[in-house]
Amino acid sequence: MKAVSLRNLCKTYKNGVQALKGIDLDVEEGDFFALLGPNGAGKTTAIGILTSLVNKTSGSVEVFGHNLDSELAAAKACIGLVPQEVNFNMFETVSTILLNQAGFYGIPRAVAHERLEKYLNKLQLWEKRNSVARSLSGGMKRRLMIVRALLHEPKLLILDEPTAGVDIEVRRSMWDFIREVNAAGTTIILTTHYLEEAENLCRNVAIINQGKIIENEKMSTLLRKLNTEIFILNLREPVSSAPNLTGYRTQLTDSHTLEIEINKEQNLNEIFVALSAQGIGVVSMRNKSNRLEELFISMVERGSETNKKAS
Amino acid sequence: MNTRTAANLIGFQTIIRREYNRIIRIWGQTIVPPGITATLYFIIFGRLIGSKIGDMNGYTYLQYIAPGLIMMSVITNSYGNVVSSFFGAKFGKHIEELLVSPLPNHLIVTGYMIGGLLRGLLVGGLVTMIALVFTHLHVQHPWVVTSAVILTSMVFALAGMINAVFAKNFDQISFIPTFILTPLTYFGGVFYTISLLPNFAQTLSHLNPILYMVNAFRFGFLGISDVNVMLAFSIMIGGVVVLYATCLYLLTKGIGLRE
Repeated sequence: MKAVSLRNLCKTYKNGVQALKGIDLDVEEGDFFALLGPNGAGKTTAIGILTSLVNKTSGSVEVFGHNLDSELAAAKACIGLVPQEVNFNMFETVSTILLNQAGFYGIPRAVAHERLEKYLNKLQLWEKRNSVARSLSGGMKRRLMIVRALLHEPKLLILDEPTAGVDIEVRRSMWDFIREVNAAGTTIILTTHYLEEAENLCRNVAIINQGKIIENEKMSTLLRKLNTEIFILNLREPVSSAPNLTGYRTQLTDSHTLEIEINKEQNLNEIFVALSAQGIGVVSMRNKSNRLEELFISMVERGSETNKKAS
Repeated sequence: MNTRTAANLIGFQTIIRREYNRIIRIWGQTIVPPGITATLYFIIFGRLIGSKIGDMNGYTYLQYIAPGLIMMSVITNSYGNVVSSFFGAKFGKHIEELLVSPLPNHLIVTGYMIGGLLRGLLVGGLVTMIALVFTHLHVQHPWVVTSAVILTSMVFALAGMINAVFAKNFDQISFIPTFILTPLTYFGGVFYTISLLPNFAQTLSHLNPILYMVNAFRFGFLGISDVNVMLAFSIMIGGVVVLYATCLYLLTKGIGLRE
């Protein structure tokens, strides 16, 4: 079953800005789906329409088979939203915020208390249950929004940049938790600016740019499109100049660090053999930048150029 | 009761509980100030100035203005509760908690309206107790008193919601109470009978809906009114229906709430 089905979805704001220009998108049930795009691409508008916070101009939206125009309540009941901006009452306590939200979704109070305890414990917020929301740190507020979105145990969880401004440690623990939620059967749509996050978590991805979907496929297929990668090699002994590696572009950034660009047809074994032959040992190796990030930038740039030419 | 109805009922109760808790949590802003204002009115207009004015329509001036002062506090607090609560939720973006939920719009409107009604009745009850410290009040038509106060409170709670929907900043939620509600209330027969006014002013006063509300309420206590009580109730019921429909329309269309 399709968790989300968007057909020819358009949105033009009152100021004339066309945020969505007829997008079609399907997200399968149980998927962990990344919706990526640069700022102002239309991601948040698409999510806004899906969650009824933005009125669409035209097109159709279905959530687990429920059409937003004819079965709004049923569609809304399927969705849990973690918005980009903190949007709870800062003067209420953590428990009050959560119990109210559960109430709005028709969860009986006793059940809401049980779930509140379960999810607050999982996200290390139980100790803060009686704290006023404004006293929480940025990371805690983000986690509180995740707990709030899960209280009615939605079939679809939408995370709109859930880890923005969150430190690495908390981000990693949030990833683990979100993976757990997905493994339990919840479909997840994630928008994020941390492309490493999307690459690690998501199985399928759509890239949206200037209101259009420019790419929509499996993450692994998408990553295979990347022609070259730059690896950073940490050398055991210092060298004074870049070693001679025929056919490879190399750059010595300091006496212990060598950058090598490798394309799809080349392989790492040749490099290690050549380096060993020159008496250069390698202590460790890593990607210079996130692979998805490179692909994303090239696709978005290509899309912008095409649009410029078309206009 | 089917599952959706039961869920909606829980959601509806949640809005009312949240509104009630808000009123109680910030009692220093919601309950105390109207009590102090009413006390000052009773002391200054009732005791100090009122004793010089003498009787009005067969009642002491204090007895005459007491129903008007109660109604004035009900009007301002019902309006103020919804306008501040709803606009606060909009400003802080936590109105989105409700907008994304499956709760139907009519229950959201009714929930906020009942929140306004609760504060109106709480403050109205407090001002009534303060009035009893200064004068005797006999209720001649209990049902008229009850229905007039409930309908008036509903009218202004709904009006407050409309104000909050359109408001874009805090100035815009104080504009209507300051420049429209307060003058209409003061010219709505709270402190005087309109028979004291020249004909032109009397005719003009009949265009003021608050005049009907205050006089219907006063009729319930004292059995006297400057207006036809049936007409007053028609205006109040009509007001509730029109304003409720407007709120529902605004929420359904998402005007001022959804982009």
